Amino acid sequence: MPLQPIKFYQTGTFTVGNRLLDESQRTVQANMRRTNSLNSGHRACQGCGEALGARYALDAAMQATKNRLIAANATGCLEVFSTPYPETSWQIPWMHSLFGNAASVATGIAAALKVKGKQDVRVIAQGGDGGTTDIGFACLSGMFERNDDVLYICYDNEAYMNTGVQRSSATPPAARTATTPAAGAHPGNSFGTGKNVPLIAMAHRIPFVATASVANLHDLEAKVNKAMTIHGARYIHIHVPCPLGWGSHPSDTLKVARLAVESGLFPLFEAEHGEITASLRLRKKAPVEAYLKLQRRFSHLFGEKPDRDTIAMIQAIADRNIEKFGLESP
Amino acid sequence: MKKPFAITLDPGSSLANHTGSWRTERPVYVDRLPPCNHACPAGEDIQGWLYHAEGGDYRRAWEALVKHNPFPAIMGRVCYHPCEDACNRGKLDEAVGIHAVERFLGDLAIRRGWLPGKPAGPGAKRVLVVGSGPSGLSCAYHLRLMGHGVVIVDSAKAAGGMMRYGIPKYRLPRDVLDAEISRIESMGVEFRLNSRIDDIMAAMAGFDAAFLAVGAHLARRTDIPAGDASRILDAVCLLHDMEDGPPPMLGRRVVVYGGGNTALDVARTAKRLGALESLIVYRRTKEQMPAHESELNEALQEGILFKWLSTVKAMDEGGVTVEKMVLDETGFPQPTGEFEKMEADSLVLALGQESELGLLKNVPDLEIENGTVKVNSSMMTSHPGIFAGGDMVPSDRTVTSAVGHGKKAAKNIDAWLRNETYIAPEKHEIAGFDKMNTWYYSDAPRTVQPELDIARRGSTFDEVVGGLTGKNALFEARRCLSCGNCFECDNCFGVCPDNAVIKLGPGLRFAFDYDYCKGCGLCAAECPCGAIKMVPESI
Amino acid sequence: MLQQLEGSRAIAQGIALCKPEVVCAYPITPQTHIVEALAEMVRTGELANCEFINVESEFAALSVAIGASAAGARSYTATASQGLLYMCEAVYNAAGLGLPIVMTIGNRAIGAPINIWNDHSDSMAMRDAGWIQLYAETNQEALDLHIQAFKLAEALSCPVMVCVDGFILTHAYERIEIPEAHDVDAFLPPYDPVQVLDCNDPVSIGAMVGPEAFAEVKYLQHRKQLAALELIPEIASEFSARFKRDSGGLVKPYRLEGAETIVVALGSMNGTIKDVIDEMRNEGHAIGSLAIVSFRPFPLQAVRAALVDAKRIVILEKSLSVGLGGPLSDGVRKSLSGTGLHGHTVIAGLGGRAITRKSLKALFVKAEMDELELLDFLDLDRDIVNVQLEREKETRRSGPVAENVLKSIGTVASRIA
Repeated sequence: MPLQPIKFYQTGTFTVGNRLLDESQRTVQANMRRTNSLNSGHRACQGCGEALGARYALDAAMQATKNRLIAANATGCLEVFSTPYPETSWQIPWMHSLFGNAASVATGIAAALKVKGKQDVRVIAQGGDGGTTDIGFACLSGMFERNDDVLYICYDNEAYMNTGVQRSSATPPAARTATTPAAGAHPGNSFGTGKNVPLIAMAHRIPFVATASVANLHDLEAKVNKAMTIHGARYIHIHVPCPLGWGSHPSDTLKVARLAVESGLFPLFEAEHGEITASLRLRKKAPVEAYLKLQRRFSHLFGEKPDRDTIAMIQAIADRNIEKFGLESP
Repeated sequence: MKKPFAITLDPGSSLANHTGSWRTERPVYVDRLPPCNHACPAGEDIQGWLYHAEGGDYRRAWEALVKHNPFPAIMGRVCYHPCEDACNRGKLDEAVGIHAVERFLGDLAIRRGWLPGKPAGPGAKRVLVVGSGPSGLSCAYHLRLMGHGVVIVDSAKAAGGMMRYGIPKYRLPRDVLDAEISRIESMGVEFRLNSRIDDIMAAMAGFDAAFLAVGAHLARRTDIPAGDASRILDAVCLLHDMEDGPPPMLGRRVVVYGGGNTALDVARTAKRLGALESLIVYRRTKEQMPAHESELNEALQEGILFKWLSTVKAMDEGGVTVEKMVLDETGFPQPTGEFEKMEADSLVLALGQESELGLLKNVPDLEIENGTVKVNSSMMTSHPGIFAGGDMVPSDRTVTSAVGHGKKAAKNIDAWLRNETYIAPEKHEIAGFDKMNTWYYSDAPRTVQPELDIARRGSTFDEVVGGLTGKNALFEARRCLSCGNCFECDNCFGVCPDNAVIKLGPGLRFAFDYDYCKGCGLCAAECPCGAIKMVPESI
Repeated sequence: MLQQLEGSRAIAQGIALCKPEVVCAYPITPQTHIVEALAEMVRTGELANCEFINVESEFAALSVAIGASAAGARSYTATASQGLLYMCEAVYNAAGLGLPIVMTIGNRAIGAPINIWNDHSDSMAMRDAGWIQLYAETNQEALDLHIQAFKLAEALSCPVMVCVDGFILTHAYERIEIPEAHDVDAFLPPYDPVQVLDCNDPVSIGAMVGPEAFAEVKYLQHRKQLAALELIPEIASEFSARFKRDSGGLVKPYRLEGAETIVVALGSMNGTIKDVIDEMRNEGHAIGSLAIVSFRPFPLQAVRAALVDAKRIVILEKSLSVGLGGPLSDGVRKSLSGTGLHGHTVIAGLGGRAITRKSLKALFVKAEMDELELLDFLDLDRDIVNVQLEREKETRRSGPVAENVLKSIGTVASRIA
């Protein structure tokens, strides 16, 4: 198991910190001296899940590497809101080149570090789902296949948010986006489309693949930590709600992320060399409806005449995940 | 580094961009009132002392506890813990065993000989306290802490009032009672036992104020036709004799008439005195019984019998005659004319108590209502300088309420002695369950206090309910949700996408950095205990 | 040391002498032999301390070089034709970020129709991407230009393309002088980046720049190119001093004394042009040529100075700006503005069409008689063009142009019909 939850300490390891636990058992985010790799003053929307996910992941990686870290960033929200001239929010060496090449840029950085004998400095590439599962996919696959010494982190908010919420190959079925409008006989995104990049990453048999959620910080940090103990190509896919694109309340960002996990729609697991080695059991199983209802992108499924059939199809996806990834305690 | 213009930027330079200007709502830290505190008749800051217990700092926990209540060891045993009924954790799994932790702390303090803080300096006034029950002792304790001289007068041989003469030993061992009373004595409170005050006006000489807490020691009677050989006793006397007199003779079959806690105490005492059969006759139903549920359950486990919907009509040699009752449409019991006779060697009446108010005879303009003394919101009687509390004033007549009266009276007496009026601090908004984000709390069932083997209870007056061990007391304390009060879980610090929460350090909590807070409300939504509130921005 | 070598191999050896630290490779004809040779040298240890990375596309190749360069490594890649277009976005990006990457272009035509042979359409498509573009006339110069390119790129923090005609140079065996390693080391100091991803001095590279500063950033790119106009001749002369031969520079005049007709061209066709000029000079024609080495930055002053005394200018171009003419002509004409001189654009050698001495001589004679159009095409088979135009006039569904043309000239697939 990636993380043993600690019981009986009021909030155990569910909260960011816990004064009752040893400091080593608290998260990096609980530390007053955390790096804040992504600093205040960035221009992300209120309640941005991606801003949170990026700070969580990079602060953890910074601690794991003793601040020897370089990041390459794909074009997208994260890049735009963090580095509009004349200010940057990054406190680490960071580089943005293009939308589709973050994985390759990271490969280049890693190669440079290797040739210069600085292998203690570790490289992270990061991008949104568009930059990862779509336009950056070839570079990503190449980086995986060569087993380059890069941790690629995808912050998945399930659509092209930076350009105004268009469908990506990570957009879930039935979700309304600007290019899958809630109109016609089958409103929202089509069923049977999209790709699961964590599973595709596993098919490259790279040393480490994991999914994580901003709603489970301890798990997320444990996965980043583990990734930083490994050399070679690694992939972490982090689910980060987007209040703007999903039509959820900014204060509900973590609630929505939590329900994605607890409904089984976003299974948390990790894999080594192509084999799943652990999955996180659901703590309080929730129906998909609880998750969908908080988001206006699914509002066409509810209202006076709820679209029971479509909701059932989404529930079936969750149920399949629960079975496939063993998300329920035996 | 000679950086290229515009495309390459200095780290962290976005601090120049104050995103706080986006905000329409701002988060503020609040201390909401935990439901347990709100429900506590003694006004304890339960969440406050549990906070220290959670960290294993039992000394500070006890000190925080005795700021409000001098009797944790007693309270942890005899209080009916309305706090636990109100506990938000009850909606999650089971309420926190507050009384058990309280008792653990009280017992630990006795073992370790802990003392509360030193009383304030001299120059204060002298106060007479009449009655050494929980109310009087509590008042004396608080007045003494405020630096006043206190004399407690009581007609009984030993201090404690109903705690000694009303509550059986198996619920409150006397060494515990003695230890917590002697702690008050050691603070410099003067006890004058075996002395009766017949006229309070006369007794006030040499005192600046008085607090009356004489309790309710007179048994309420009802007329029951009885033969000569019938043995009819009242509960108050019986329980008093258990402490001071020769053990009462009750025989093999005992009938107890009444439905309150006292009735249960008597029935269970009778069983321990050797009765083969101990039967409670109550005119209403089990559900309507005023006795506390946990006491009732313990009585049932011990084999106490019950006769519901029955009134005692007569007693003679053969036993007791009861009449069956039925509930009318308003839920009130009505006689049926059906009678039944049952064998009984003795009948104990547990029909309630009244106060002996003779000492007030010379107090002018005293208002008495239904046998109790009327007091105002400052616990003062209609006579200036004479305050009253406990069972002799209108109340629910529990030890805990009495302790609360004592504290409240002490504060008001202190103010009155300085020609001031005590104004209680405004109560915070209650931290209701809807204010909590309970996702974050560990799943943890309530620790079951070890119960004395049922078989042993029948014959001994050993304590029925055992205490917690250090380990499970800690566990129990950590089940506290800390409703409405920050317990430094770091969630707000961690979940802010804008790093706009400043962690001030252990014990110092957090602050908002409004320069960067965009007002998304994640901190408030993810605060487990509801200690953050979103308020509209004014500009 | 003189060696008989394939051009690609010689270029690879020159690059190896520059000690690149990261080399990324994706195969595309005709540059592939260069990276194959480098791969071998890295494997054998001949090129030590170098990461050779086989990537999945040209886009990735340059992207890896971008990352490596930003992390402080001397970075190199090579491509051609479609590959250059596929990496186009990264080409602009590398220049915008000011990363001193050196890239060889094995110049090749761009499809459709697909064609593996030489012309300049590929590098010309990238002429405004912000890279310095140097065109080699010979394989010796190609090798030398790479050594100069690293020095130039790193001095300015600006990427440089060395354009080498595909097959004509890349696959040609020639006697080539391979420089001595110690000379190259003395000439080319280790890479000292102006910006680098460094944990001890973190910066954010690649900010989003809005209207308030974008023009300034672009102007600064232009200033780098202007600075290159000064630096390129300096580096060439420093090179010449150390290696005892002339290579590079902005332009290379040939027999301009008293020339009434001057031929301007890029790359390897200057060799043929010079042969024709020698022949015509012997016959008494007042003709000379000007090889342009640096196409970006375009040396307006040097070109004007070289051409101003002529009567006519013939600009030979291996690239067609469809709908206009030739990209080289744009620069040359601009350099001539106000002189009253006509520049005659002649498109030649597209898709590997041989540029023969015979055709060139005929062209130059025609030029001397002032019979050239402003835009002309060398050896264009007007009959074939007319057949196709007729066909299109007759029938809407006239079929694919390329196949029709092949049929018309009676080669290859035409036999089937």
